[in-house]
Amino acid sequence: MKSLEDLKKIREQAAKKMSIRDEKNGYRVVVGMATCGITAGARPVLNRIVELVAEKDLNNVTVTQVGCIGECALEPIVEVYDPQGNRSTYCLVDPKKAEKIVEQHVIGGKVVEEYLIEKFKK
Amino acid sequence: MAIRTQVVVCGGTGCMSSHSKEIKEKFEECIKELGLENEVVVFNSGCFGLCERGPVVVVYPDDTFYAHVKVSDVETICKEHILKGRVVEKLVYSEMTAEEKAKIKVFREMNFYARQERIALRNCGIINPMDIDEYIGRSGYEALGKVLTSMTPQEVIDEILKSGLRGRGGAGFPTGRKWSLVDHSDNGPRYVICNADEGDPGAFMDRAVLEGDPHVVIEAMAIAGYAIGANQGYVYVRAEYPLAVERLNHAIKQAYEYGLLGDDIFGTGFSFNLEARLGAGAFVCGEETALMASIEGERGMPRNKPPFPAVKGLWQRPTIINNVETLANVPQIILRGAEWFNTIGTEKSKGTKVFALGGKINNTGLLEVPMGTTLREVIYDIGGGIPKGKQFKAVQTGGPSGGCLTAAHLDTPIDYDNLAALGSIMGSGGMIVMDEDNCMVDVAKFFLEFTVDESCGKCTPCREGTRRMLEILNKIVDGKGEMKDLTELKDLAEFIKGSSLCGLGQTAPNPVLSTLNNFYDEYVAHVVDKKCPAGVCKNLIKYYVTDKCIGCGKCKRNCPASAITGELKAKHEINTSICIKCGACKTNCPVGAIITK
Repeated sequence: MKSLEDLKKIREQAAKKMSIRDEKNGYRVVVGMATCGITAGARPVLNRIVELVAEKDLNNVTVTQVGCIGECALEPIVEVYDPQGNRSTYCLVDPKKAEKIVEQHVIGGKVVEEYLIEKFKK
Repeated sequence: MAIRTQVVVCGGTGCMSSHSKEIKEKFEECIKELGLENEVVVFNSGCFGLCERGPVVVVYPDDTFYAHVKVSDVETICKEHILKGRVVEKLVYSEMTAEEKAKIKVFREMNFYARQERIALRNCGIINPMDIDEYIGRSGYEALGKVLTSMTPQEVIDEILKSGLRGRGGAGFPTGRKWSLVDHSDNGPRYVICNADEGDPGAFMDRAVLEGDPHVVIEAMAIAGYAIGANQGYVYVRAEYPLAVERLNHAIKQAYEYGLLGDDIFGTGFSFNLEARLGAGAFVCGEETALMASIEGERGMPRNKPPFPAVKGLWQRPTIINNVETLANVPQIILRGAEWFNTIGTEKSKGTKVFALGGKINNTGLLEVPMGTTLREVIYDIGGGIPKGKQFKAVQTGGPSGGCLTAAHLDTPIDYDNLAALGSIMGSGGMIVMDEDNCMVDVAKFFLEFTVDESCGKCTPCREGTRRMLEILNKIVDGKGEMKDLTELKDLAEFIKGSSLCGLGQTAPNPVLSTLNNFYDEYVAHVVDKKCPAGVCKNLIKYYVTDKCIGCGKCKRNCPASAITGELKAKHEINTSICIKCGACKTNCPVGAIITK
């Protein structure tokens, strides 16, 4: 290492890897990962979301998994909490839909109406 | 595939000794079995501070704090929490108070952490101390880069001076002033030494910094080297800290590989070399002149000052010696500025202080609070109070050089001057809490025994005087004391304080003096009534069985001297003439029927 620039490069890379440990107050994305969720394909969904959040440097976003949400027939379920705590529950999510949720809701701030649980349950 | 979960297993000495290394290995094994090795990482960090609840495991991004984790719990955490997202509630930390017990709190909201302010410990328990990149990721080595590229040595010294940082090793000498006193009259070598010879019983602040964040010490020493024109540094660390030594040496090696130590750092032409020197664990080697003698390969004995090390230090060359915690503040002061540091703490004591809380306290461990925090906040709010509902009696600060403070002092804001005014000292930060079951004469004797053992023997007042004091104390606890012994004890103490060569002897009588001042009645009870009110001093107490006895026979079975008689289901008796006062009966009694009088 011969310059401050070199140090900055290492810092940025390392900070990215460690950001999961930082205190966050942005969006919270929760994936149902009980047996029902995993069987329905929640793992690829979770992984896709984690990848996207890392790729797009969304340092203030928490992605975590949770147990059974209670609507096993509609799994995989992804819930997005905005910073004010408002919850949106998305059903039958696959990795493609997950991308849209991240792009449109977590980044864009606009709820993806067509995947909401209200569309599936009357 | 991106990492979604990070599992941090505490790797401080406390948790390591209760198998946190095996816990980490078991996590790795389980994660592999579950096929999650590309999604989850596990590593050992430095000390989390809440040693009482160790081994500690924190799972990110949920910030879940698992306490008292056993190797056998790891599989459950992996299968439930990490795979399925179900937090294992029975292992999660719970607060001490009844109303908060059931609440599940994340790491940062726990009472123990929420009230702390961490500067010296900012990376401890957060980063992997074996990975220099993680230190850099938390703005490590930026302060070194800043001073080398944009500040003159004098500006560095001025900034530290302005910050009001004072030595955290005990005496509280202003760090900036120490640096400004270095003799620049010739161009020969100068040295920077880090004093990591932490010797107070019950203190482990410096060990935690070296184990949890070794690079901060390296960076600060290089900054100090630049400020005083030194190109060589030594970390004097005790060999009894094998983990600290291992992590420090590893960190030094990494810093050399990155070019952050060695020649031409950041291409600025500044060179700084660093090595660890191991001490054999003599308490006196924490005294700076004895420490330097030890580095030189001589016997660790102090010498007269002046000349001060800043003028004639290591190998007769100008040297500065700073304690680990002092240095750990330096990079943050450089990065965030003296004004920022000035906003924390009290008028004459700026910044924060790390304390090692031990003794009769619920949350034994390591904490960092702003100067000016009261003893009550530290002991009750952060420390969780006294176990088993017992009464607080005293707190000992400053180790063998410090004194005891009583319940009347609980609301005193902690800073250098307040503690000194009360006859104790800030010291390096050991804080030992005592309850109603502690005898203050016995406590004073414990610390004096320590200094008698650790006196180097060079000067007479310390070598002979402390020993005479101990003899008097022994007489008192044996029930042979007279009132004139108390006067003599005090006179001797004052004499030793005034005439010893170094800090060890000058402060050795403090535990006796402060207990004489604050707990005089307890001394009198020993001398006049021949009684130990706390029931500790063996020769002044007798064991009795009260009517609470249920006749279970446990005391009888456990008595090594066969001094207890009694039929099953009938009240037992202790034959006090055979009793050796080992206390086994009292410990084993299920109903608390055995008392000391």
